Amino acid sequence: MTSADSIQLRVSRYRPDTDAGPHWQEYEVPLRKEWTVLDGLNHVKNEVDTTLSFRWSCRMGICGSCGMNIEGEPKLTCATFLSDYAPGPVTIEPLANFPVIRDLVVDLSDFMAKLPRVKPWIIGAEDHSQVEPDVEFLQTPGQLDAYRQFSMCINCMLCYAACPVYGLDPEFIGPAAIALAERYDLDSRDHGTSQRLDVLGAHDGVWACTFVGECTKVCPKHVDPASAIQRYKLKTALHTVKAFLLPRGAR
Amino acid sequence: MTDLRTYKPRISTWWWTRKRSYTVFVLRELSSVFIAWFVVYLILFVYAVGQSETAYRNFLDWASAPWVIALNVLALLFVLLHTVTWFSLTPQAMVVRIDDWKVPAFHILAGQYTGLVVVSLFVLWLVTL
Ligand code: SF4
Ligand code: FES
Repeated sequence: MTSADSIQLRVSRYRPDTDAGPHWQEYEVPLRKEWTVLDGLNHVKNEVDTTLSFRWSCRMGICGSCGMNIEGEPKLTCATFLSDYAPGPVTIEPLANFPVIRDLVVDLSDFMAKLPRVKPWIIGAEDHSQVEPDVEFLQTPGQLDAYRQFSMCINCMLCYAACPVYGLDPEFIGPAAIALAERYDLDSRDHGTSQRLDVLGAHDGVWACTFVGECTKVCPKHVDPASAIQRYKLKTALHTVKAFLLPRGAR
Repeated sequence: MTDLRTYKPRISTWWWTRKRSYTVFVLRELSSVFIAWFVVYLILFVYAVGQSETAYRNFLDWASAPWVIALNVLALLFVLLHTVTWFSLTPQAMVVRIDDWKVPAFHILAGQYTGLVVVSLFVLWLVTL
């Protein structure tokens, strides 16, 4: 059945206990103006096929758990409208570049292991002169503005799914992790830049990136990881030059 | 942790044909080969000039062979592609802040193209001198 008030979802299915690999399954769902792809999937789950697995939580672009590849493009399914794909069908696949656990659910443990390596938290000055508990850390709007964009990341992993470098070389620490490193580096309260440089200057760090720029294009939060990575390259390069030219104390 | 039986789809060799932006990226990477060619060409040219007038004439004869011209035109196209795409990426890589003011991308781009024009004019003046 295909009619103007319904649309077909072409969903990638995989059940690890019975399937050798993924296969397609089609579902027909109502096409409503205000329905997102996630609403379509929830309709299937509630009314048609309870075995379908996928992740979601906030359904308002905040939690970052509903990322999937829609028509080959990484998208937040709660922010992607079915009507934009009318008359259909709409292909729905798990996020690219990640191992698939079941149906549309991917395994993110790789990112979970990488994230703490870039130390995404505020690192105080070594002499602790600035971390008195009763001291307020004032920041001008300009100082906030320097890193604000990078603090908007919701860890949705769309950028990893769009990145061919990560797809071909999973060692690459990846766009969001680097953007988060930059978020703390640019924070006027942070003193951790050199610690992060050690991690990001390594072979699986920023230099693995060849500036495809897709991470920035797919990011639903306008984080611009590509910019963070290139700025880091500049920083690591300068750091190396300085280490080469200047005596130890002056760096 | 329980053992996960996951599958990971393989990336096809032709992944870069799937999307226009991927294709442009691969072409941009490929352009480095042509840039290397221009470097070789320039070295050959300077070498011939340094040798003798006959060597220089021979070089000119060789350089006007149709295949060399075709190769150079192709290389020029790739170098232009490289320049334009690379320029347009620079504002992302270089964020210039003057106090709290972020220099807009447009200014950075304009600066690059101005630089390109100035250098080109200088080279033109140099060779037509
Ligand atoms: S940088 Fe953007 S695309 Fe990447 S995880 Fe963060 S919010 Fe998602
Ligand atoms: S469900 Fe939370 S971002 Fe989509």
